[in-house]
Amino acid sequence: MSKFHFIKNQKVTLCVVALVILVGLISFFVRGFNIDIDFSGGTEIKIDLGTEVTKEVCDDINDIIRNHEKLGNDYVSSTTQSTDNINMAIIRTGTAALTNEQTLALQDALTAKYTNANVNNVQISTIAPTIGDQLTKTAIIAVAVAIVLMLVYIWIRFEAKSGIAAVLCLAHDLFVIFAAYSLLQIPVNSNIIAALLTILGYSINATIVVFDRVRENKAKAEAGTEFSEVVNTGIHETFGRSVNTTITTLLTIGLIYILGVDSIQQFALPIIIGIVAGLFSSVFMSGMIWNALAKIGKKKESK
Amino acid sequence: MNYSRTANISRFVLLLLAIVFVCMVTVTGIYIDDDTQLKGIFEEGTIRLGLDLAGGSVVTFQAKTEDTGLDLESGMDSVYTVMRDRLDGQGLTEALCYLTGDDMITIEIPDIEDPNEAIANFMQTAKLQFKDKNGKVVIEGEHIESAVGGNFQVSEGKYEYAVSLTLTAEGAKKFAAATKTAAATKDAIGIYIDGQMISQPTVNEEITDGQAIITGNFTYESALALANNINAGAFRYELIPVEQRTVGATLGEDSLSTSLFAGAIGVLLVLIFMSIYYKVPGIMASIALVAYVGIFGLVLVIFGTNLTLAGIAGIFLSIGMAVDANVVIFERVKEEIDLGKSAKAAVKAGFKRAFSAILDSNVTTIIACAVLYFLGSGTIKGFASTLFIGIVISLFTALVITKVLLNLCIGMGITEPKKYRSLGRRAK
Repeated sequence: MSKFHFIKNQKVTLCVVALVILVGLISFFVRGFNIDIDFSGGTEIKIDLGTEVTKEVCDDINDIIRNHEKLGNDYVSSTTQSTDNINMAIIRTGTAALTNEQTLALQDALTAKYTNANVNNVQISTIAPTIGDQLTKTAIIAVAVAIVLMLVYIWIRFEAKSGIAAVLCLAHDLFVIFAAYSLLQIPVNSNIIAALLTILGYSINATIVVFDRVRENKAKAEAGTEFSEVVNTGIHETFGRSVNTTITTLLTIGLIYILGVDSIQQFALPIIIGIVAGLFSSVFMSGMIWNALAKIGKKKESK
Repeated sequence: MNYSRTANISRFVLLLLAIVFVCMVTVTGIYIDDDTQLKGIFEEGTIRLGLDLAGGSVVTFQAKTEDTGLDLESGMDSVYTVMRDRLDGQGLTEALCYLTGDDMITIEIPDIEDPNEAIANFMQTAKLQFKDKNGKVVIEGEHIESAVGGNFQVSEGKYEYAVSLTLTAEGAKKFAAATKTAAATKDAIGIYIDGQMISQPTVNEEITDGQAIITGNFTYESALALANNINAGAFRYELIPVEQRTVGATLGEDSLSTSLFAGAIGVLLVLIFMSIYYKVPGIMASIALVAYVGIFGLVLVIFGTNLTLAGIAGIFLSIGMAVDANVVIFERVKEEIDLGKSAKAAVKAGFKRAFSAILDSNVTTIIACAVLYFLGSGTIKGFASTLFIGIVISLFTALVITKVLLNLCIGMGITEPKKYRSLGRRAK
């Protein structure tokens, strides 16, 4: 590994990044996102029917909803079996939320047909589409302001170019999370915000440790040393730390994934993927981008 | 700083005992007297679990208003105050209430059987009006000093659940004038709540003592609820429910215990990994990490933090960062030892040279925490607060406690450099 020159081999890194972005984009367009009602709005009813929710049962439920007089004609819904419990049906209506009355009427219709249904195990969520917009808006504003302020801090403590490089790495890691959500069709609910925030913190942390070493080496480097060499040395010197920190973090979050229930797994998986992406971006990308930006600056100066 | 070996051993043992003590207090709680006590972390009610873990109901209301900017901000603040008073008035002190976005307010009520009924109770807007026979408003909400719900004598020997009102000085004056006019012709004064008539008592004489009573078909609960809502005042805006959801508690409990179990095993594996890979420093870091977990638990107990799934994510990230600080330091120690330094010099230099990396990475994360806490809502806030607490504690345990422990190790005579060098290969 010590033979690998991170800057001279930057084409390899660029190819990997290009591939990741390509796969991500294709997935965005082809598979799209499995958007939960947190963001899309609508009503979700989880009900324990007391019998296995088969494909036929799902179709029957959709028929009940379509023909229910209180819901208006042809109300479109989708019904699926819960992955936690084979008797649990998850019913989602379109983006229009049901009123309380409509929900209760529907619940009555379902319990009339499925007499084994456990009425004490019904979860109803109703969310207006505006909530999703609000959630997205606050999340985007909060993350954007956080990124700008972190950029300013890195600018003060390091230099502007390293700040930009750190933010680009961060963007890469967050992109990978979105790609994971799309590829694996993980339901996009408010948990995605926590996952993105975790990776935001982790990614910046990882990049800064590398940059700190580059900064130190740069200060004590002999005059005339290529910056790319300084960067390469810094990455190698921090490599042990990068790998070991990833291992220890994966030990905790990985166990949560292995032992956790379904909803926890859906939360842990993107974080695991993001942490691996964070290792990749801090080792392979951060120094490379800083070096590239430094070169651009030099060319302009010499003109 | 030259303590004898025995002094160092006793210091080391003392520090270990202190860490064990903190962990024990966290687990078992501490009792001094009724006012000065802490409950153990596993006791019921010590840590407030977020709705996603404990189960319950969430309702979000959007204000229907044309207000914007500062007007909207102060309007929503008043909505918040009224909402909080009402929740407390209904005995829902455990319920959380916070503003979401510009014009929304979210209420989280844990462990509730029928959310719709509770919501109906505290959502009565309680706009109170007394109107004369011509429908002219005589007195309204602002003229009420206080309201009490209970069993009152409404007429000679007749008791009924009702709401008794004490009027302000101005209200009493207006009420006296109105009752004087009405009494002259034996007219009635209608009492309206939210535009709906509750009762229409006939006025027999001028009422000057500023007392009025509202009767109607009240039960004890509904009389109390109305009195509370009158006391809390009316909402500035009409509130429309935009989000309503019920989370099953069983799912929450399952996911909580499994994550706790998984987390514990995960931390244990981290301790083993650190101890094997980083040898003496790794073992000291593991002790510091135990202290970290103990102190974190204690902070959760003392501040009664509201713990959500995102909050747990914040805790794990901060554990990762606590370990990371030590990893950065020990990699430096390894390099110093490879340069041929003594254990003492290598540890000193390792901490010194790793400091800037640890400082910068933690400051950037704290910046992110602060922004997310002040701009974010709900989930985001929970994440930011636990991560912030975690970072502050981890800086203390990873830098201070680990350093003290390591220096004591050296003082105890464990000085062979190879015991302080990690398993990693030698840098070229």
